[in-house]
Parts: sequence; C-alpha cells; structure tokens
Amino acid sequence: MTGSGRGAGGPDGPGGPGGRGGAPDPRGEAVDPDVDLHVPAQRAETRGRHGLTVVAVIGAGGALGALARHAMQVWLPSGGGETGFPWGVFSVNLLGCALIGVLMALVGEGGREERAHALARPFLGVGVLGGFTTFSTYAADVALLLEAGRPGVAVAYLGGTVLGAVAAVWAGASAARAALAPGRGSGPGGRRPDVGGGVR
Amino acid sequence: MNWLLVAVGGAVGAPLRYLTDRAVQIRHDSLFPWGTFTVNVAGSLLMGLLTGAAVSGAAGPQVTALLGTGLCGALTTYSTFSYETLRLAEKGRGLQAAANVAGSLAAGLAAVFLGLALGRGLAA
Repeated sequence: MTGSGRGAGGPDGPGGPGGRGGAPDPRGEAVDPDVDLHVPAQRAETRGRHGLTVVAVIGAGGALGALARHAMQVWLPSGGGETGFPWGVFSVNLLGCALIGVLMALVGEGGREERAHALARPFLGVGVLGGFTTFSTYAADVALLLEAGRPGVAVAYLGGTVLGAVAAVWAGASAARAALAPGRGSGPGGRRPDVGGGVR
Repeated sequence: MNWLLVAVGGAVGAPLRYLTDRAVQIRHDSLFPWGTFTVNVAGSLLMGLLTGAAVSGAAGPQVTALLGTGLCGALTTYSTFSYETLRLAEKGRGLQAAANVAGSLAAGLAAVFLGLALGRGLAA
C-alpha cells in the first residue's frame, strides 16, 4: 500500500513486514543502497511530511556531494580526453565507493538499519555520496578518450575504475563490518566506533 | 557562479535519482538494480548530448555546470552501482553482479556516443 496506490502487485514481499512469510525469500536487506523497496521501512519513507524531509535532505546532500566532486574536477581536470587519465573523477569515484561500503555497514546492514537515524542513509548515502560519485562523467570521459585516439588510456580508465570501485566498496564494507562485529577481542563488542564523522 | 549552478544541479539530480529508482522498482519485483541502471544510462545520454553541444558551441560553460556537472553528475552514481554489485555477489548472484557491470558499462557508453552524435548534430 503506497501513497499513490501504484504499489499493488509491486515488490511487496509475502507475509508482510520482513518478507518472512511462506515463500522462501532471501531478501530482507537492501541490495540498492539508494532505496530498496524490498525493505518495508524504505517503501514507507516517502509518505507524508517525512517524505518531503527525505527528498529535501537528499537534495541538500546531492548539492554538497556535487560541489565536492566539482572541487576535485577543478583541481584535477579531465580535459575532455586531451590530457590523459581523469585522475580527479577516478579518485572521487573510488573514495565514494569506499565510503558507501562503510556507511551501509553502519546504517544499512545487520539490523543496524532499524536503529540508525531515519535520515542517515538518505542524506549521506543517496545525497552526499550519490551526488559525489558519478557514472555519466566517467562514461563521457571514456568516450572522449576513445575519440581522441587514446584507446589504451580509455580502457585503463574504464577497467581501472570498475575494478577499483568494487575493491573499494568491498574493502570499506569489510573493514566496517569487522570493526562492528560483536565479540571481538579488543574492541568493545557491538559499540559503534566513532567513524560517523568520516562518512562524508 | 558555476559553483552555485553545480550545487543547484546536484540538489535536483540526487532526488531525481531517488524518485526514479523508486518508480522503476515499483514496476519490477527483481533484485537486479534496474532503477540505478536506468538513471545511469539516462544520465549518460544527457551527458553525451551536453558534451557534444559544448564541443560545437551550442552549450556554454554555465549550461554544462548546471546540467552536466550538477544534474547529470548527481543523477548518476558510481557508489550505488558498486555497492549493488557487491551485494549481488555476496548473495550468490555472481551472474547478476557481472551482468550489472557489463550491462551498465556497455549501455552507458552506447548512450554517451548516441548523445555525442545528437549534441553535435544540434549545432551542425
């Protein structure tokens, strides 16, 4: 039951919240960190006044993320295929991927999504990190490098970003999950280390 | 001035990604991240169009800052794309994870080239 009524027949898990009904359903945790309608709380988050707040904080985060990316592009410009490897956007994307891995471990997995602030994922994940990283600039730079007669750089950039991004998100998520895992010898079990300030 | 335009574009692009993602997901009961795929390909098409128009002089630096760096940059995302790929792989759906990567790259690049051709045609 969504506000618009379009949800009938949509991805509503059987058996109500949690999708733990009769049918085997391996879902429950989000695959899509922006919004995953398999997660009941995220289905509901656009309802009413809270929905306006969610969209507003995503917009604010998107503005901040885009500004930070622009700063990196000004510092390390791609030059439209003429000046070689686009280190600015490359760095932005890998950094953003590492941080989304950390963020989702903190607020989107392992039951912590239920204790996290309702605006943490929308603001930091959808807004700031989603606005910071970019796919379109990346694809356009690959195309311009190809057109400029630099297929080697184009392929290195294309493949290097994908491999680096997946490695970065894995490393970020693994490190944060390990730090949060209960019953570790050194750390206080289950206590959330103060990495919130770094998740920007 | 360009910084303000980038911020405004980003403030529109990120919510547009979120709302598009929801609108796509509500029509598909699939774990495959079609919503993110959609925004990344659509944003790449628009970015190609703007880049082509900029090269041929039809779009100035302010239009590029607002719609390219700001709107397209925030509408599309690499962080969401890579986290989805990781999650699919972790759920034992390696084939979907690989298809997400290969499909997004192929469709995104094709969209940029189409946009570039259209954008250059605008000023021709």
